[in-house]
Amino acid sequence: MDSSAIIAILQPLVPGAAYEAGQSIDSATIYVPAGSLVATCAALRDEPRLRFNVLVEITAADYLPRDPRFEVVYHLLSVPNKLRLRLKVRVGVTGSVPTVQSVWRGAGWPEREVWDMFGIYFDGHGDLRRLLMPEDWEGHPARKDYPVQIRKAAQTYEPLEVSEAEFRANIERDRVKRAH
Amino acid sequence: MAEIRTETMTVNMGPQHPSTHGVLRLVLELDGEVIQSVMPTIGYLHTGIEKTAEQKKWQQVIPLVERMDYLAAQSNSLSYALCVEKLLGLEMPQRVKDIRVLIAELQRLASHLIWIGTHAMEIGAVSMLFYAVRERELLLNINELIAGFRFFPSYIRIGGLREDLPRGFHDAVNAFLDRFPGKIDEFEGLLTKNDIFRRRTEGVGAITLENAYAWGLVGPIARAAGSDYDVRKYFPYCGYETYDFKVPMATEGDVYARYRVRVAEMRESVKICRQAIQRITPIGAWACDDRRVVPPPKDQVYSEMEALIQHFLIYSQGFTVPAGEAYVPVEGPRGEHGCFVVSDGTNRPWRVKMRPPSFMAIQALPGVVQGGLIADVVAVIGSTDVVMGDCDR
Repeated sequence: MDSSAIIAILQPLVPGAAYEAGQSIDSATIYVPAGSLVATCAALRDEPRLRFNVLVEITAADYLPRDPRFEVVYHLLSVPNKLRLRLKVRVGVTGSVPTVQSVWRGAGWPEREVWDMFGIYFDGHGDLRRLLMPEDWEGHPARKDYPVQIRKAAQTYEPLEVSEAEFRANIERDRVKRAH
Repeated sequence: MAEIRTETMTVNMGPQHPSTHGVLRLVLELDGEVIQSVMPTIGYLHTGIEKTAEQKKWQQVIPLVERMDYLAAQSNSLSYALCVEKLLGLEMPQRVKDIRVLIAELQRLASHLIWIGTHAMEIGAVSMLFYAVRERELLLNINELIAGFRFFPSYIRIGGLREDLPRGFHDAVNAFLDRFPGKIDEFEGLLTKNDIFRRRTEGVGAITLENAYAWGLVGPIARAAGSDYDVRKYFPYCGYETYDFKVPMATEGDVYARYRVRVAEMRESVKICRQAIQRITPIGAWACDDRRVVPPPKDQVYSEMEALIQHFLIYSQGFTVPAGEAYVPVEGPRGEHGCFVVSDGTNRPWRVKMRPPSFMAIQALPGVVQGGLIADVVAVIGSTDVVMGDCDR
């Protein structure tokens, strides 16, 4: 099934969405506007002719001089219909993409990875923390303007120091707790 | 009797715990021995391979991607090579396809051997590891024979293979294939009807097919829950449609079902290997004849100017790949190994992304182990066969 056939099925299910068939040499590719992404994904999963029940992966690509800069790429698989589909969402540095966790539960971590690596924000994610990089890392390493070799001083932390007065106060507090 | 007030305890399992298959860290909240919540933390093995690949020439990425899933190195390089070949529009000679199938299946056996060894060891059958590693040694010897490397052979290249098969390859593979089915019987004799093993695995860590799909799990975990999805059958590559093999399935979805599916997969892999080794002639084409990618034969390089220039260009600048993008999945030992490559038409990839099956499996882990016992966590991690190099890349 090629891109235009899938768009023809989707168009009546998601009224008002402006789809665009993408260039592709393997599976069908569709550009989806960020605003109608969740409705589109739900239709792709539930429509009997499509039934894209597995979200294979979410990734992104940074086309730096281009505007909008990023493309978020969703690879979908339909086991019942033996179909594959690539969804793409164009997004800029300040833009955001809605989360598709309501459609496929497994979208949580791939979206976190895209946030971690590219800094693309996912609306309504709920747990959008760093996944692969350390929590105190600065920047998003997979962006094209992020240097490959980076010298970053090792993070050091001061030893935990407690004054004598604080130490006594802590012991006293514990004793009071235990008494109750 | 007065009610005993208990508090939950938080236990940090990993990242250096030997049963977490590398550097997976689980923060477990326990009520006695019962798991209340699990928070997996990953990233300890993140080496930025995808970013590094953008700086390399196309052919130089092969050794890099092999280091992602280090137990299934050649599944990674196969999916990457197939992906770039799709962009280049290359068609491989039949012999190259057959050798690739053989290598991919031997790689599956090697990976499953490490899985059965470590999985059984972690739930008590320590000696299994030694039996499994002994057989894997023969497979590593075959790797050494074809490429000189044991772990990361980089034998599969864009445009074919690194070089022709060495003398003695057929003998080594046939000797292994004659020996191995008996060894699978021995493994099964030790485990399949073993009462301790079954009590540790039956009904433990079950996942339904609907949940497996919702979490993006395909491969042995989904097949143990009743799926028949196998990339080799659904989207054949390298001529898998011409091989006679079955896709093992189970319906229980628990740890024991995953064990049975993987053991049956090993038997099917042996069947595929036998068919492949019979098709492969000792001497023949080992690469396609596209001069953009494959350097000319050495005798031409020494006698013809054009061939010398072509050889020099391929090894100094590399080749360019037409702009575009492709995603090619292969059936790795852990499920769908996919490679997504974007080219901007230059001699270096614009973006390389591997679809990591272990990543999805660890994401789904909390739902599988919650409400179970802490001892079952080890059995479940072992049965999902996660490799942290694949997860963190």
